[in-house]
Amino acid sequence: MSRMLTIYQRELSYFFNSIVAYVVIMMFVWLGGYFFYNLVAFFNLASMQVMQNPLLAQQMNMTQAIFQPLFGNLSIVMLLTMPMLTMRLLSEERKSGTAELLFTFPISDWDVILGKYFATVTVFVVMLGLTLVFPALLSRYADPEWGPIATGYLGLLLLGMAFIAMGLFFSSLNENQIVAGILTFGCALFFLIIGWITPFVSQSTGRIVTELSILRHLDSFARGVVDSNDLIYYVNVSVFFLFLCSRVLESNRWRG
Amino acid sequence: MIEVHNLSKHYGSNRVVSQINFRAEKGEILGFLGPNGAGKTTTMRMLTCYLPPTEGSARVAGFDILEQSLEVRRRIGYLPENVPLYGDLRVTNYLDFVGKLKGMPRKTRAASIERVMQQCGVSEVSHRQVGNLSRGYRQRVGLAQALINDPEVLILDEPTVGLDPRQIIEIRELIRKLAGDRTIILSTHILPEVSLLCDRVIIIDRGRLVAVDRPENLKSRLRRALVVELEARGDREGVMRCLRSLPDAQTVEHLGTSGTDIHRLRVESNLGKDIREAVSRALADNGFGLLSLAAADLSLEDIFVQLVTGEDEQ
Repeated sequence: MSRMLTIYQRELSYFFNSIVAYVVIMMFVWLGGYFFYNLVAFFNLASMQVMQNPLLAQQMNMTQAIFQPLFGNLSIVMLLTMPMLTMRLLSEERKSGTAELLFTFPISDWDVILGKYFATVTVFVVMLGLTLVFPALLSRYADPEWGPIATGYLGLLLLGMAFIAMGLFFSSLNENQIVAGILTFGCALFFLIIGWITPFVSQSTGRIVTELSILRHLDSFARGVVDSNDLIYYVNVSVFFLFLCSRVLESNRWRG
Repeated sequence: MIEVHNLSKHYGSNRVVSQINFRAEKGEILGFLGPNGAGKTTTMRMLTCYLPPTEGSARVAGFDILEQSLEVRRRIGYLPENVPLYGDLRVTNYLDFVGKLKGMPRKTRAASIERVMQQCGVSEVSHRQVGNLSRGYRQRVGLAQALINDPEVLILDEPTVGLDPRQIIEIRELIRKLAGDRTIILSTHILPEVSLLCDRVIIIDRGRLVAVDRPENLKSRLRRALVVELEARGDREGVMRCLRSLPDAQTVEHLGTSGTDIHRLRVESNLGKDIREAVSRALADNGFGLLSLAAADLSLEDIFVQLVTGEDEQ
């Protein structure tokens, strides 16, 4: 445990002593802010237009019009930024040879995996936390529903954790960071759009595919629903990839 | 302290290390000698539990490298060949990081860091980033991290490679001082280093163990052919002919001429024959002047080449 904490601290200090974390966080917040501004501006315009019609005005809903699409957009930005955070985690250790020392210290593979995983999750939490500025800003001028916002953020957090586990796994496969990054991006994008095939396959296959889709599980969070099905889905993805990662570290050793 | 039994590592059909056996006792400095790609690093990686062996077993500090890997790793200090350190950390932070990973409690850690920095002479760069250090300092920081938990077994892969001559002497002195009650295994392809540092030498070639012995024993064991170097006065052809006519002279080599008629020559005898007397008598009988005569010592280089090429012929 204390050794995992040591890896965690070292990894976190690497993120914040190098420019990596700052650039990734800046891009995430900047793009997120741009999406947010556009959504609010559009909502503003729409509100003005429906003023004449009180019936329609009642149907105007900030959660649906701003936060649901915002969370969707943020998940796309995450798709692009998370591989940047995870790609060097293990591949760099192998490339620079530091893995040789690291794995001859009296620590287990899980100390390394979990230390690095949670350090990256921490960077992600900081990154996501900064976007809380958006609802906070909005609450000065309007009255957003905090429930769905909280669940939406929970959904994004779980999604990010799944992406990070995926990235850590791909980073363990290869000593080339770029390869690790591209594989993570490809894999994450695939699970994001896997649902598109549903209309063209049999019903039972379609059901499985839908369950595998990352986006589908995010939707209910954004609507304010915390379904155990979705929770288990994201936790499963994380655990699955972390487990694969530990298998890779083990097999790397046998193959040299 | 270290017992290696039939240790082998194969990659597919490529036998990188095959069937190596040796022991190292407490307080001993053991040298691994071999050309590049002989399997020195692979053997060390197996002993440090970085790579599992394909066959065979080894016990380090009393624990099995496969079954009790964590116990082994707790008791070793390892310096890999290219000294992979985290360049973004400062020396003290790096040593602290290693100390924590090696499970040292907070109380003893600070004192240990101070001690190893002193020992390895890196105190004056303690606040510099590891990545900005010169090769010599990096090497010493590498040695410091290996020493931090006061390990029973120290495994150093080419600890003096890439250092300038003064640094090499310093590191060697340090290693000798460290021996004491520790077991040290070091690999090198610099032969004099072995005779300077090691109590015993293991010569490895293409994954096989070619010889294990004390450096001086290796020398005497291999002094098969006696080499005589001499200076003689006379005409070059005459001297050469005279020496070649000796029954036990295998080769006669002309090394150089000084003045007009003083020749330096090297004569190699047949196995085990001392031909110094025969040489001096032959020269005197033929009226040449013998100015100096000495048996040349076989260097470890010669031994090494003999052993390694001897394997070739089999």
